[in-house]
Amino acid sequence: MKSLAELAAIREKMKDKVSLREGEGEVRVVVGMATCGIAAGARPVLNAFVEEISAQGLTDKITVSQTGCIGICQYEPVVEIFEAGKEKTTYVKMTAEKAKRVVEEHLKNGNVVAEYTIGNTEA
Amino acid sequence: MKELSLNILDIAMNSVKARASVIGISITETDEWLEIIITDNGCGMKPEQVARLRDPFFTSRTTRKVGLGVPFLVLAAEQTGGEVIIESRSELDFPEDHGTKVSAVFMKSSIDFTPLGDIISTLITLIQGNPLIDFEFSHIFPEGEVRLSLAELREFMGSDISLAEPEILSWISENLKEQYEEKNK
Repeated sequence: MKSLAELAAIREKMKDKVSLREGEGEVRVVVGMATCGIAAGARPVLNAFVEEISAQGLTDKITVSQTGCIGICQYEPVVEIFEAGKEKTTYVKMTAEKAKRVVEEHLKNGNVVAEYTIGNTEA
Repeated sequence: MKELSLNILDIAMNSVKARASVIGISITETDEWLEIIITDNGCGMKPEQVARLRDPFFTSRTTRKVGLGVPFLVLAAEQTGGEVIIESRSELDFPEDHGTKVSAVFMKSSIDFTPLGDIISTLITLIQGNPLIDFEFSHIFPEGEVRLSLAELREFMGSDISLAEPEILSWISENLKEQYEEKNK
């Protein structure tokens, strides 16, 4: 069994981390999770972002949040990335695989994956 | 929706939008049927809103918080010969005891039965987006059950730690997987 002892170890580690955490949300990844998003496959996209951002050690800099329908249902799953001082990036028709590439190339290395953005995708 | 667990995610999002602090998700199944009950202590709905829930054309605009979600669930249940029952108590009429209960029954023998799918991902998604809500999950089979109580988890972890931390989400996910494996032994 995934034991409570393991959970207690996570708890001890987190206690130190909580006090260190400042400047949270420099970068925000927002995934559309309304009915349209969910039906189109937003759940694995969201979970891929959460897992990959954690795996790459980027959790202190990037927050992942969920939002409702933003009105472009034909492009779902839609992911918006907000960065301080930069223009918003809108990724459309996302998959878990594409999410991994966005974490690697955009969030880690700073290069927008242009081919997945709304300007380069047909409805 | 390709999986009933996606319908569950979608319906539970309505409870989130209704500002619930406790959301119950219980699944009970036998060889013949599967029942999903989602309860919340959110703002609830008036009887006239509940009456319109099944009609996508009335609901999508006037009661924006519901839209197509309920019609999808009704379709998934009724196409198997099952049904959906929605009961709600509006906070305006019941200030002390309000909330909504959505119950759906599916007949598993029907060729139109949608599989439950990845319920663990649904729970992880809900907790990730709403770490302050007490989700209470149970999945009961004739031979055993799988449980998750966020209220208990929160008590164990202390209120300073967000349950949306990736390491905690991954612990929850592994713990649920092991409970399912245990049941199948």
